[in-house]
Amino acid sequence: MEEVPHDCPGADSAQAGRGASCQGCPNQRLCASGAGATPDPAIEEIKEKMKTVKHKILVLSGKGGVGKSTFSAHLAHGLAEDENTQIALLDIDICGPSIPKIMGLEGEQYMEDNLGVMSVGFLLSSPDDAVIWRGPKKNGMIKQFLRDVDWGEVDYLIVDTPPGTSDEHLSVVQYLAAAHIDGAVIITTPQEVSLQDVRKEINFCRKVKLPIIGVVENMSGFICPKCKKESQIFPPTTGGAELMCKDLEVPLLGRVPLDPVIGKNCDKGQSFLIDAPDSPATLAYRSIIQKIQEFCSLHQSEEENLISS
Amino acid sequence: MLGAQGRAVHQCDRGWAPVFLDREQSISLMSVGFLLEKPDEAVVWRGPKKNALIKQFVSDVAWGELDFLVVDTPPGTSDEHMATVEALRPYQPLGALVVTTPQAVSVGDVRRELTFCRKTGLRVMGVVENMSGFTCPHCAECTSVFSRGGGEELARLAGVPFLGSVPLDPVLTRSLEEGHDFIQEFPGSPAFTALSSIAQKILDATPMCLP
Repeated sequence: MEEVPHDCPGADSAQAGRGASCQGCPNQRLCASGAGATPDPAIEEIKEKMKTVKHKILVLSGKGGVGKSTFSAHLAHGLAEDENTQIALLDIDICGPSIPKIMGLEGEQYMEDNLGVMSVGFLLSSPDDAVIWRGPKKNGMIKQFLRDVDWGEVDYLIVDTPPGTSDEHLSVVQYLAAAHIDGAVIITTPQEVSLQDVRKEINFCRKVKLPIIGVVENMSGFICPKCKKESQIFPPTTGGAELMCKDLEVPLLGRVPLDPVIGKNCDKGQSFLIDAPDSPATLAYRSIIQKIQEFCSLHQSEEENLISS
Repeated sequence: MLGAQGRAVHQCDRGWAPVFLDREQSISLMSVGFLLEKPDEAVVWRGPKKNALIKQFVSDVAWGELDFLVVDTPPGTSDEHMATVEALRPYQPLGALVVTTPQAVSVGDVRRELTFCRKTGLRVMGVVENMSGFTCPHCAECTSVFSRGGGEELARLAGVPFLGSVPLDPVLTRSLEEGHDFIQEFPGSPAFTALSSIAQKILDATPMCLP
């Protein structure tokens, strides 16, 4: 019985397409032709384009539904509150592009002057349109977003991704390889079923040498609006993100509690940082955003020191 | 979630043997999770490799006599979804159960999932709204944590049955975390009532004699 080729030698290896484990792989012919070995010229083109982009942050999650797009959007909103900072938000969740809705850009195109957004959602004519694409086509779209969009002078480029460790993630890391990504922020919820997937996500980052800025534990506790008592809707049965981060030596950037205002604001396309400034969730977000800024500044000074030395 | 972590998949003369959850062998399971050497190993595969595995899961697993095959999919409308529809098409699938949460952002994505079903000729059995409100265990106040109304609206938009709402239930979450049989152990919980009702609707809608 044929095994799945999980001993793939790699598309750019000398054995590509020729190894024993390549038999039956749909990419065998392509690899054997040597097409995988030559680096994509787009990588250099993207490196040039990214020269005007100071910091690049990927937002990842192992699981869907943990609040990654909500986080990406509010990271963008939070950073853009400083009018002197230019922010770009790129949504590469090709099949589930939620960013236009969360940013309030469906229909009306008004946006803060210093915040630019790109998403495949803007290219779809109807809210029912489905993007039923296989990997290679999605990769092509991501390449175009990075290479062909005129990003201009940007302080922070935030890339919102779909959940998992697949085509989109490999592509964005590959295409930005020469342009240097500051790091990844990984979003999780407190329960083990979610953490299990985050550990895989952390392993993915380590495998592709992507620095990890830290982990955000979302939906971390719920305060009842009536009796003000706290409940754990998603119980941290194995110690939550805190213990996982300690075990894996990865920073915990913060915990964001569940606040029904967040969901309502996302549905309206408004920043809840502005609408609910006193919410514990807002306070948590602001602290997390500050830590991300500090990480990026530290990285920048380290790089500048390296260049000048 | 089903308490089968760490189990291994074995080959038998009819193919891969699925993992049985119970002594009666009434529920069997197959997942890429069983093929990983370590649970934290990331499966960093592009589309074609995932498609190949999905095909194998359908054709090379010795499922035996089954009343229902339930396929859990990742979010989206991509390789995995296309591969699953293609692999199952010869077996005339009953259809798709589409799950959403109540808020508009979720509905916005799930509408596209319904288009996928239409375009691939997959019948939609109905919409389920998950995480539909939370009842505070201290004061019994019910809060719409993730907004409200999305599931019914989606079903109405798509012209498909709305099968029901499942509330947020920490007992259910904890049960899944600990690999317990929620149905057996917590028949009194609110999520149980909702899940049972949805399951019954699916059973009622299933033809007794399949072609």
